[in-house]
This record gives sequence, C-alpha cells and structure tokens, in this order.
Amino acid sequence: MTSRPTLHTSLHNRVALLMALAVAVAAMALPFLGFAPNRLLSGRPVSLWAAVQGLDGVAALIPGLVLLATPFLRQTRIWLGLTIAAGGLFAAGLAWLAGAHAATLAQGASAAARTSFASGFWVMAAAGLLTAVDAARRLGLGAVGRMTAGGAVAGLVALQLASGHLDALSILKEYANRREVFADAVLRHATLVAAALVPTLLVGVPLGIAAHRVQAVGRAVFPLLNVVQTVPSIALFGLLMAPLAALGAMLPGSGISGVGPLPAVIALTLYSLLPIVRNTAVGLDGVPAPVREAARGMGLTPRQIFLRVDLPLALPVFLSGLRITVVQAVGLAAVAALIGAGGLGAIMFQGLFANALDLVLLGAVPVILLAVAADALLSIGIAAATHRVGVLPGRSAP
Amino acid sequence: MIDFERVTKRFGSWTAVDTVSFTVAEGEFRVLIGPSGSGKSTVLRMINRLIPADEGTIRIDGEDIAALKPEALRRRMGYVIQSVGLFPHWTVERNIATVPGLLGWPKARIRDRVTELLELLNLDPRRYRGAFPHQLSGGQQQRVGVARALAAEPRILLMDEPFSALDPITRTSLQTELSAIHHRTGTTVVFVTHDMDEALRLGDSIAVMDHGRLIQCATPLEILTRPASPLVRDLVGREEWGLKRLAVETVGDRARRQESVTGEPLAAETPLHRALSEMVARGTERLPVVDGDGRPAGVLHLSDLVRPVPGGTASGGTA
Amino acid sequence: MTGTGMAPREFLTDRLMLGLVALVALVLGMPSLKPLFATLFPRLDRPLYEAESFVRLTLDHMALVGLSSLAAILLGGSAGIAVTRPWGREFRGLLETVATMGQTFPPVAVLALAVPVMGFGPEPALIALTLYALLPVVENMVAGLDGVPAPVLDAAHGLGMGSAEILFRVELPLAAPVILAGVRTAVIINVGTAAIASTVGAKTLGLPIIVGLNGSNQAYVIQGALIVAALAVVIDAGFDRLAGWLTRWSQR
Repeated sequence: MTSRPTLHTSLHNRVALLMALAVAVAAMALPFLGFAPNRLLSGRPVSLWAAVQGLDGVAALIPGLVLLATPFLRQTRIWLGLTIAAGGLFAAGLAWLAGAHAATLAQGASAAARTSFASGFWVMAAAGLLTAVDAARRLGLGAVGRMTAGGAVAGLVALQLASGHLDALSILKEYANRREVFADAVLRHATLVAAALVPTLLVGVPLGIAAHRVQAVGRAVFPLLNVVQTVPSIALFGLLMAPLAALGAMLPGSGISGVGPLPAVIALTLYSLLPIVRNTAVGLDGVPAPVREAARGMGLTPRQIFLRVDLPLALPVFLSGLRITVVQAVGLAAVAALIGAGGLGAIMFQGLFANALDLVLLGAVPVILLAVAADALLSIGIAAATHRVGVLPGRSAP
Repeated sequence: MIDFERVTKRFGSWTAVDTVSFTVAEGEFRVLIGPSGSGKSTVLRMINRLIPADEGTIRIDGEDIAALKPEALRRRMGYVIQSVGLFPHWTVERNIATVPGLLGWPKARIRDRVTELLELLNLDPRRYRGAFPHQLSGGQQQRVGVARALAAEPRILLMDEPFSALDPITRTSLQTELSAIHHRTGTTVVFVTHDMDEALRLGDSIAVMDHGRLIQCATPLEILTRPASPLVRDLVGREEWGLKRLAVETVGDRARRQESVTGEPLAAETPLHRALSEMVARGTERLPVVDGDGRPAGVLHLSDLVRPVPGGTASGGTA
Repeated sequence: MTGTGMAPREFLTDRLMLGLVALVALVLGMPSLKPLFATLFPRLDRPLYEAESFVRLTLDHMALVGLSSLAAILLGGSAGIAVTRPWGREFRGLLETVATMGQTFPPVAVLALAVPVMGFGPEPALIALTLYALLPVVENMVAGLDGVPAPVLDAAHGLGMGSAEILFRVELPLAAPVILAGVRTAVIINVGTAAIASTVGAKTLGLPIIVGLNGSNQAYVIQGALIVAALAVVIDAGFDRLAGWLTRWSQR
C-alpha cells in the first residue's frame, strides 16, 4: 500500500460535493437577507458574513463545515449519520442566524422596516437539506427514520418560531399583523379539504367497489372522471359559478351562491373522486383470486371475505389514492380563494394582487407545509398498512 | 360417504359435468384425473358447493348438500388449491387457525392444534408460526395450505392439483407426507390432478374423466392393466408402462417369505420399481426385505418382478 | 395508420376532432356570441371580454405551456438520462427524491413563490411552470429507462452496439410510452397553472377569468373558462392519440 491518495480516490460523495459547491457559491456570491426601509421599497442585500455576529453566530455555521468535508471522507455509517444531522442543523442554524440578524437590523430602523430571506438563504438551506436526504438514502434509513429526522428539523424551526426568535423577519411581521386572519385561513383551508373529503368518500368508495365488481361501471365512470381531472381548476370553478348563482336566484334563502365555499367544495369533490374511485377499484382488483377462492372454500361468508380479506388487502392502494386526493385538494383549495372560498389562498392572492411579497409567502409557504404534512402523515399510514402484506399489487401513478 | 347421483353442470351451452354418478367410501383416497376441461375440478368444487349442481343430487353421509348452508358445509371440509391462496396479511398461525376460529374453538385448543399441524407438516413451530406467507418458499406455503385445510379435523379433504406448481423434489416429499397423513388420520380425500404418476402413487382408486363424463373408476392396478378406453391408455402412457406397473405394487407383495440373503435390506412398503432400480445399481438379482419393525420378511428376486401377474398385461405394454 | 382518410362518422365521434372544432369555434367565434352573453347577463355593461383578443390570449397561453414543457423535456430528459448512466448513478436517488417530494408542492404555491424571487410577468411564470413540469418528466424518464428489460440491454451489448446507439435505438424507443405519460402529466398541469399565471402578470386565458372574478363579471369568467377547458381537453385527447400511435408503432 504505497500509492498516494489521488484527488480521484479521495472523492467519496459527488452528490455532497455538488451541494457543498452550492453552499460555497451561495455563501460567497448570493445575498443572505434583504433589508428594506419599508415594504414597498426593494431591499438592499445583506451577505452571510455580515449576518454572522459573535461566537454563537459562528457556532451556527459549524454544521456547514461538516457538509463541506463530507464529499472527501469515507461514507461510513457514523459519518453518514453525522451528515444527516449536520444538514438539518445547518438549515435550522441559517434560520437562527437570519432571525438574530433581523432583530439587530430592526433595532436601528423604523417599525416599517422589513428583513426577508434572500436567494442565498434558500439555496444554502436547500443544499443542506438535500445533502441530509441523500445521506439518509445512502444509509438506507426507513420511512420512520426519515420522518423522525425531518420532524426533528421541523421541530428546531418550530422552537425558534415559538420562542419569538424569528419575529423580526418580515414574514412573521406580516403574520403578527394578521394573526387572527391567518388562524382563520388555516382552519378554513383545512375545513374546505375535509368538507370535500366527506362526499368524496361517501360517493367514491361505493363507486370504486361497483367499478371493481361490474366492468361496465368502470367503463362509464372513468372516462368522465378523467375529463374532469383534465379541466383546469380555475376553469371548473368558473364554470360552476353561473349555474350555482342561477340556482341560488331560483331558491332564495337556500344559501346557494356562485361564490364562496359551496362551489369550491363541489369542484374539490369532483377532482377528488378520480383517485378515490380508481384506487378503491384497483386495490380490490389487486386482491389475488386464489386468496378469495381459498376464503370461500373454507366457509367464510361474503361479508367475512369483504371485511377480513378484501378490505385489509386493498387498504394500502386505497390509502395512496387518499394521499393523492388530500395533497391535490390542499393545492386546489388555494385556487378556490379566487372564487371567494377563503383559506390560505386568499392571503396568497391578496399578496399577489397588492404586490405584497411577504404576504404571498405567508399564504404560499403554509399551503406547501400543509400538503407536505398531509403527504407525510398518510405515508406513515400507508407504510403501516403495507408492512405485513409484503408485496403491493402495484403502485398507482398520481 | 360422498355420493354423486346423475349430477350435471352446464356453463351456458357447455356441459362441464354430464350425468356423473359415483361414490367415495369413508377413508378412501380418491383421485380425479383427466385432461384440462374434462370437468374434474368442477366435480371437486361441487362437493363443497363452490359450484352449485344444475341437476342430480350430491349427498354427504346421506344428507343432500343442497339443503345445507354452504358456509357450514365448507367449514366441515378441508380445501387446498394449486395457488395455495394463503391470506398474505395474516401470520402462518392465523392462517391455519381460520376455520377453528370461525367454528369458535377456544384459544388454547387452537394454539395447540396449530403447533401439532406445523409439526405434522415438518415446519418448526417456533420458527414459522409467526412468519408471514411472503417469507416462505412455495413448498412451505403449500405445507401451510395443507395444515390450514386440516385444522378443524375435517372428515373430508378436497385438493385441487395441490402440488402441480412445485418442483419435483418438493412435490415428492409432500406426496409422501400426504400419504402418511391419510393413513394416520383416515380422512377421506378427493384429489384432482392431471399427472398419472401422482394418481397411481397416491390413489386408492382413480376416476378418469373426459368431456364431463366419468370414463373409468378403478384401482391403480386395474387402470394400468385394464384401461377402459384409448384415452385412459394414453393417460397412462406407453413409455415406461412396465415401470409404472411395478410402481403400484410393493416389495412385500412379491417377496419370497421363507428365504433369506445378506445385504442392505429394502423396506416391505418400497414400490417395486425402486427395487428394480436398486438391483441394477447394486448389480444383484436378489435383495433382502424387512418389515415395518425391521424384522426379515423374505427375499425379492429379479425374476419375480417380470413374472406374469394375475389380471394379464396391458396391450400398451412394451414388447 | 397515418390518420388520413377518416370516414365521416368516425370524424363525428372522434374526441380529438370534436374538441378541436369546438376550441377553434370558441376562440374565433366568441365575439359573435356577444348578444347571447348580453341576454344571459342583462345587468352587465360589457358582456364580452374585449381587452385582448381571445386568439391572442390562446396563442400566448399555448406559447407559455409549450415553452415551459419543451424546456422541462430537454432539462428533465437529460437529467433522467444522466442518472441512469453509470457515471451519473450516484445522483439518481437524490433526483428521484426531489421529483417525488416536489410533486407534493401544489403548483399554485410554486407559481406564487416565483414572484418574491423573480417579480411579476411572464418570465417568472415560465420558470415556475418549467420547474414544476420537470418533476413528472424526470420521474417518468427514469422509470421508463429503468423499465427496459435487462436481457434486451444485454443482447444489445452483445451485438456490439455502442452506448449511444443503445440509448437512441433501444432504450428511448422502448421507454417512449412511459416518457410520454410523464410529458402528458406535465403539460396538462401546465395548461391549468398557466391559467392561474394571469395572477402573476402573464397574459393567458386565465386573464378574463381573473378580471371577471375581481370585477364580478360572470360573462368574462365563462368565456375564459370555456376556452381554457376546451384547450385542456383537446391537448389531453391529442396525447391520447399520440400514445395510441406510439403503442401501435412499438408493437409493430
């Protein structure tokens, strides 16, 4: 063993190298924060180095060193674990730095002054998180492990939010101005999704079972639902307005109106039906015929076969349909704000129409978080329903 | 025990089973054989009413099954199919416990029964009772399938090509185990196959079906020596007819009781074709025979293997 | 099968042809429906959206969808090819994770986030649409190339084909149906998101809808919604046709 290590052999993780380069470039060349005297003026850039103050500021960047070193070190299990932790801590640390510096900037400025995240922050945070995600994959971390790690990072940021450390940042100033509106919007958003889910399940599950049992039902229903899924949401909302308004005019006092939550829930239901009906049918189709045959041959009644065999075996596919439905509905409910259904979309579009960018963030970021959270929760459910079945009948495309 | 009286089943214009009558005696191992589409599986599935008969009567212990609740009827019988059909979301234990659970057996009794059955089918209970079906090999899955069918101590076991999908070695060992279980428990077995070697090996009696009709129902020896139709002769096959003929009798049947000779002995229940193989392998014309307890039971001579048998030879036999 | 010489009855039941006729009729004929909208909505001063022509809006809409989809196909396709080559395999897991996770982000939120980063106008809309369209394209590119049976690749190597020949003559043709499905998903999502892009300053078919919603002019809303719905259905039917051809061609 006399050969000297060359550059080639000392490079162990090219993904981490790419991410480390992104971090380095963003730290050198991109603005970390933007500082504006008020929310109408565009801000001046603040670099990462200007934002690092004191020993605690330097400490917040230490995980970044791990990220820079990772590409060149052997990818042992311990080091990969350290990389996951470093990626998450780096992202959380950047938020901490941003919060601390925003507070410093706010001291010498008027109440109207705004400090917001700039491109450098987003690039570095994303690079840190992606390095962690890639390391988790290399480590072979399971769904539960990944959720735990993701939850820990989310927890660190939530802690900063709760403690008021980030209050000087513009998005939180917007939040402080509309605390109640925001809480109502989140609640309304979730209510819209839930309200659409009830009729979807009541209609979609029986329809899916029917499509599984009678081919003709599937042939009639699926093309129709496919066309609905094709129509852009904003068009469907718009097309529902006039008929509902006319109906409301005919039935005064019924509360039916072309705007507001009713057309939104109807449209969301129409969109939600396809994944539920399809995955219910596909899930049941996937129950192996010999299993049903054996169940019948042993003397299980049709009801027992449905409850003990069909239902548990079709559950994973059904749940992945539910996941598609919920994630899609969270996004569509945001569009529904355009027809006056309220929710987080209302804050987002209000920001867009009024050119208030922090308001846009205050609406859009929680929409994404809601969708990601719903996706994560249902993924855990799917994993739990799948782990015994072994092999799934087949993953259905979104 | 099982009586078919002029039973007919039609699917649309196609007659799958055509006025079939037969009886299976208590404790009998009855094989149903025939080409695909001959109606053998339909007959089997009519016994537990997975398929209802259109005409005729099926009785079990003299009771017309049309008068029984199908689920109650099925819980009284074991049912094993080629593709096994284990419940993939249940452990081996829960799979085996299905019917006892439906019948409301006490938990402790079910647990003991599962242990007993796993041991009976050569599966270590400690290792396999908590396993899931996808963790087992094909042969192990079918062992669990057989155990599940036997769980509630049924008096009738229905088997639809249970071993056809297995590799030859696994198939042979499961056949041996099934024979042993049948002898030990005295369960009546109705066994569908398309493999004549399997039929000759396992059956007390063989029913040959073609185009929905029963062509011949006889002992393996009769099927070999007196085939009722060209189809039966084809099923038996011309090649190696002599060896098949030997396979339906055992060493004990032909041994000369009073003689003795030295050498590694054969068990009396060894089929004769294996004895012939041993003689060729050892280069000898005489082999000692021992009975089930290991006591000397005579000597088998090569000449005894080829001596004419009462009942005559098949016209398909090799010259 | 080239689609020429279609019998009249076939023509009448053909979803693509019917949709295309309806779309063209709506786009060109909307101004002549002005009296109809005036009767339906007697209280409106302006029953027809006339700030821009529907032809102009439709072309702009299609240009936005077309450009973003084309960029996504080029970028996403190259990335998908790269990570299925031996030298790019290391990046595959990351790319797949990003594609899967990214698709849980609602398109409208991605569109809105483009504004704080890039400002208003068609350019941020173009970039947001491209980014979002990348995800299904990449996912299906990787899945499609992955689905090429190993024995086929073995045989291709054994015949002495070079890696470029294998890619273009074996892998891409065999993966084409799956790749097309990804492009279809991306384009259909983009038709809808492009309509919403009117809220970030891109002039698309969503503009009459947004203007109508903000000004309580239901006629505008219906006019925009009808055309954009017809456009989506026509494009979807077109992909259906394309997928049919591709299947027949690959099974030849």
